[in-house]
Amino acid sequence: MRVHFTVNGRPQEADDVWEGESLLYVLRERMGLPGSKNACEQGECGSCTVRLDGVPVCACLVAAGQAEGRDVVTVEGLADFAKQRAEHGSCATGASGGSGVSGACGSGQGTSGTSGTSLQDAQHWRAEGTDSQTGEGTGLAPIQQAFIDAGAVQCGFCTPGLLVAADELLERNDSPSDADIREALSGNLCRCTGYETILDAVRLAAARQGEVV
Amino acid sequence: MDFLRPATWEEALAVKAEHPTAVPIAGGTDVMVEINFDHRRPEYLVDLNRISELQDWHVGEKTVQLGASVPYSRIMEELRAELPGLALASHTVASPQIRNRGGVGGNLGTASPAGDAHPALLAADCEVEVESQARGSRLIPIDAFFTGVKRNALEADELIKSVHIKKAEGPQQFSKVGTRNAMVIAVCAFGIALHPETRTVRTGIGSAAPTPIRAKAAEEFLNAALEEGGFWDNGKIITPSIAKRFAELCSGAANPIDDVRGTASYRRHAVGVMARRTLGWTWESYRGKSRGTEGVA
Ligand SMILES: Cc1cc2nc3c(=O)[nH]c(=O)nc-3n(C[C@H](O)[C@H](O)[C@H](O)COP(=O)(O)OP(=O)(O)OC[C@H]3O[C@@H](n4cnc5c(N)ncnc54)[C@H](O)[C@@H]3O)c2cc1C
Ligand code: FES
Ligand code: FES
Repeated sequence: MRVHFTVNGRPQEADDVWEGESLLYVLRERMGLPGSKNACEQGECGSCTVRLDGVPVCACLVAAGQAEGRDVVTVEGLADFAKQRAEHGSCATGASGGSGVSGACGSGQGTSGTSGTSLQDAQHWRAEGTDSQTGEGTGLAPIQQAFIDAGAVQCGFCTPGLLVAADELLERNDSPSDADIREALSGNLCRCTGYETILDAVRLAAARQGEVV
Repeated sequence: MDFLRPATWEEALAVKAEHPTAVPIAGGTDVMVEINFDHRRPEYLVDLNRISELQDWHVGEKTVQLGASVPYSRIMEELRAELPGLALASHTVASPQIRNRGGVGGNLGTASPAGDAHPALLAADCEVEVESQARGSRLIPIDAFFTGVKRNALEADELIKSVHIKKAEGPQQFSKVGTRNAMVIAVCAFGIALHPETRTVRTGIGSAAPTPIRAKAAEEFLNAALEEGGFWDNGKIITPSIAKRFAELCSGAANPIDDVRGTASYRRHAVGVMARRTLGWTWESYRGKSRGTEGVA
């Protein structure tokens, strides 16, 4: 079957999709977006976390056909997504009532085709910058920069899912408590870091977000 | 495989009438795991995500009519006052990502003895509204819904539309034993609801029998003991001997098995502990409230 949905603000379609295929498979294997990771395919690890109509979900548990006509944000589009949010301020204001389920954020944003991240850009997305070690001068989302600065990345396999989940937390809660952070990230497993530096990164991003406002 | 996307409830019922073996998919958090691991290859998948009424709820005078696909995250956040037991249970399900997709309709569809909604639904008391194109809708009392291990009272051509849950008129609690707080299937779980209007207490036990069950003998004992001692009126602390007997009877209602998550004897023990504790918590809260409103100590 053919499936159409918006990925990182641009309309996309995938052909020859098997009816039992997951959104994760379509993103990775048919659209060439391997940022969302496939580790468990059973919802346990969160490394495939994407936003579906604004809501963080495991892409491995969404049937591709269920994404028809809907809006998906992947880690490849996160930097643009965060930039647009900062410019338009629509999501950061908490208009979604904190439920994170309203779909107010992300939906329809880039359907004009001029904003968002094109598939090609997304496929080749990397942090271009003056210094690839520190991320300086790159177009990273604040949460991505904070992960680098806090040393929250080791093997990096869990990182994309954590970034998407952490970014959504900071969107609806600009000063999360440690308990809020732990809860928001409780569906994301990391086998390397022991989580402390990940918590540091989210605290850092929250603090920086507070400085800007 | 065919992927069917009915836009309305009527269309979904028509699909189910035509293809009784079609597998509905709501949040997909059970169905997709089975498909990903090749445990299930249904001929038809019926996506329920487009049917907006399944995502809605209505708060009535006595009951909440909860659409089958309302995700756990919304129950937790928006129905805490009306359905405190179910809201607590929802909060213990898996992770935010799973709670954003999964809901009570899927939990009832799977009908696992470990489903976390079930003890809360049994304790609160509810009816499951199911419908077929041929016979229209019917209400299945929750006590008659679970018919065996991962089996329920649904007919092949029926879909779950909503659950009519009694609004809480008294304190409710939910307790679950697992190896950590997040992402854990219950070793066993316990739900309790005080119903001051009818002066009854209802319970629900998860993961400790082939189906979710109520501890009926424990309820009967407790209801009689509370009545006899005038506890509902005098708001006294429940005596340790009553609490102990209640816990023993709850434990006795369990009919668990040994498995990777725990042994039968551990489960029986844990059910008793959870029963005693949750009774204590809810009763304290009831006493607090009745003292507050009646102004007597
Ligand atoms: C990582 C992980 C952790 C989990 N942890 C928990 C946990 O802690 N506690 C817990 O209780 N569960 C847990 N689950 C199981 C699952 O999330 C729940 O059972 C959830 O309630 C299923 O809801 P769903 O909408 O995703 O169901 P789906 O997967 O869409 O459907 C489940 C079943 O119900 C049927 N169905 C769905 N909707 C209807 C309807 N309207 N009418 C008729 N049949 C219907 C489907 O055909 C299927 O058989 C977990 C799952 C995963 C992947
Ligand atoms: S791959 Fe989806 S949760 Fe692990
Ligand atoms: S950095 Fe390796 S799994 Fe998290």
